[in-house]
Amino acid sequence: MDVNLLFQLTLNGLIVGALYGAVGMCFVLIYKASQVVNFAQGEFLLIGAWTCWWLLTKFQLPFIVGFFFTLAFMMAFGFILQVVVLRPMIGEPVIAVIMVTIGLSIFFQALMKWIFGVFAQPFPEIFATRSIDVLGLQVRTVYVMSALVSIGIMGGFAWFFKFSRMGLAMRATAFDQQVAQSLGISVRSVFALSWGISAMVSALAGVVVGVANGVSSALSVFGIKVFPAVILGGLDSIIGAVVGGLIIGVLENVAHYLDSQFLGWGNLYQVAPFYVLIVILMIRPNGLFGTRDIERV
Amino acid sequence: MAFAISRPCGDFKTSYGADETIFATKTSLIFCVGGIGLLCLAPLVVGAYWLNLLIQIGYLGIAALGLNVLVGFTGQISIGHAAFFGFGAFASAYLSNRFAIPVFLAIPLAGIATTAVGLVFGVPATRLKGLYLAIATLAAQFILDDFFGRAAWFTGGVAGTSAKSLSIFGHEVIGDRQYFYVVLAYVLLAYLAVTNLMRTRDGRALVAIRDHYLSAEMMGVNLTKYRTLSFGIAAFFAGIGGALYAHYLGFVSIEGFNILFSIQFLAMVIIGGLGSISGTLMGTAFMVLLPELIEALAKALAGSPIDKALSLKEGIAFLKEMTIGAAIVLFLIFEPDGLAHRWRQIRAYWKLYPFSY
Repeated sequence: MDVNLLFQLTLNGLIVGALYGAVGMCFVLIYKASQVVNFAQGEFLLIGAWTCWWLLTKFQLPFIVGFFFTLAFMMAFGFILQVVVLRPMIGEPVIAVIMVTIGLSIFFQALMKWIFGVFAQPFPEIFATRSIDVLGLQVRTVYVMSALVSIGIMGGFAWFFKFSRMGLAMRATAFDQQVAQSLGISVRSVFALSWGISAMVSALAGVVVGVANGVSSALSVFGIKVFPAVILGGLDSIIGAVVGGLIIGVLENVAHYLDSQFLGWGNLYQVAPFYVLIVILMIRPNGLFGTRDIERV
Repeated sequence: MAFAISRPCGDFKTSYGADETIFATKTSLIFCVGGIGLLCLAPLVVGAYWLNLLIQIGYLGIAALGLNVLVGFTGQISIGHAAFFGFGAFASAYLSNRFAIPVFLAIPLAGIATTAVGLVFGVPATRLKGLYLAIATLAAQFILDDFFGRAAWFTGGVAGTSAKSLSIFGHEVIGDRQYFYVVLAYVLLAYLAVTNLMRTRDGRALVAIRDHYLSAEMMGVNLTKYRTLSFGIAAFFAGIGGALYAHYLGFVSIEGFNILFSIQFLAMVIIGGLGSISGTLMGTAFMVLLPELIEALAKALAGSPIDKALSLKEGIAFLKEMTIGAAIVLFLIFEPDGLAHRWRQIRAYWKLYPFSY
């Protein structure tokens, strides 16, 4: 038993899990507001990270400036994507909407590979010190930043949905579209804005991961890994996404620990979340915090 | 009235037999038989390139047909079809290599083995629907894909496994030309089987589940049984298609049965038309020919300024993937009922030409 390694891996799990949670929240935001399961969530991270990388390396912009340009671009991108592609799909069957997002996911993934190549590209160094001391463990500065950003995203979402006018409008729309409309909320703009915000915040997470590990198409894996997280937490629960993300992140790393120490199967950590996913779907499809579907005839 | 040359302008069926018949008119029967006859001549006429494409359309079309039973007729979505296709390929190779079962028998046996796996992953389908099921099958895709890499005894691991060539009653099938007839026979059997399935009570039960599962349950359709059955059928055809693929190439590698391939299957079904048997074949042909078309276009543009600006040669693989994604999105927005619907419209236009209405 290597306790130190286990501790280190758990910490890693929490950091990665916080990112899963942040991306999961973006996913849940779209699902709650517009009832669309977005299989292209990972591509938002990917596009955001590549855009930021391109701005930083090509134009030598300072990080902060490039970062804000990226966020603005992704906001517009998500907005336009909803208006152009997803709006015609309103009222179509669930399968069709899912397939559209899958199609978008393939399209953008291939496009990014075509434009930027298949190899991982490192971000320019942002922090002067490479690692700092946390509770006796050496943690890379970018991981600390990543954790802080994730917590910031979560706090931001909490504020947005509790206090801001638009956030309240979104919750109202998620609750009942007709009622929201009769109260004067523009459901169309709520839909579009939810996509915009989701794309923007996902891009934020994408940039964070890119700074830590370099930008490559592996980023879109987050879009797949987010499914175990949100299903575990409950598909329509923001809190659930965070809790689910943390659990899946830790689980992945614990699986990695067990695998490397005892089992020696190799890459167990990649599939472990999917076994969990199947089990949750079998015993409690609505997750830990999700609302139960009640069907009346 | 059983056989008319052309269909009347309207629905004047007076018996269930007339409603359920496979060939509504004599013309459609003649065209169908004639088309099969022409296909039988194809290996004598077309070159190796087109023959290869036709065989691809054949085995992919069988697997896509299974997916259409699941997605188009039963309304259950599956994002793990390629994993079943791969399982069929490995199962057939394994059975014929390990137990010396003749390939002729190994192909249907692989189909049955894949059905068993499909039923296991179909168990979540009894409780889940819509997007939850999509996510469950996504998990199945990753778990099976991981299994292929892990189970070296079954798949040969990273090295892959070789598959023997097919022989029928002592006659070994050599070359694309002869294999084409094998694939054609399987395609005909599969399409006939599914067409007939849809005329039975079981087939109608599947459609009833798709249209309104609560009503179906009230009418006495056993949801658990039919949802699982539908998964089994889908996996069976995927397994057969995979087995044909394995013995066609003579080698199966663990790469390639990934999520992109699964999505390609879904694209075939959607582009062809959900719930249309003939559409499945059109969709498969579309998806097989689309990358070839892109390749041909890129070749035609080679050396031109467009090629230089976009570096088409390096990006061709990505361009193909992009067209798959774009085809899915565009078809769903502009032609949600697929090519089969377009074909019906073209036929309707010519039916009473020039005096439509």
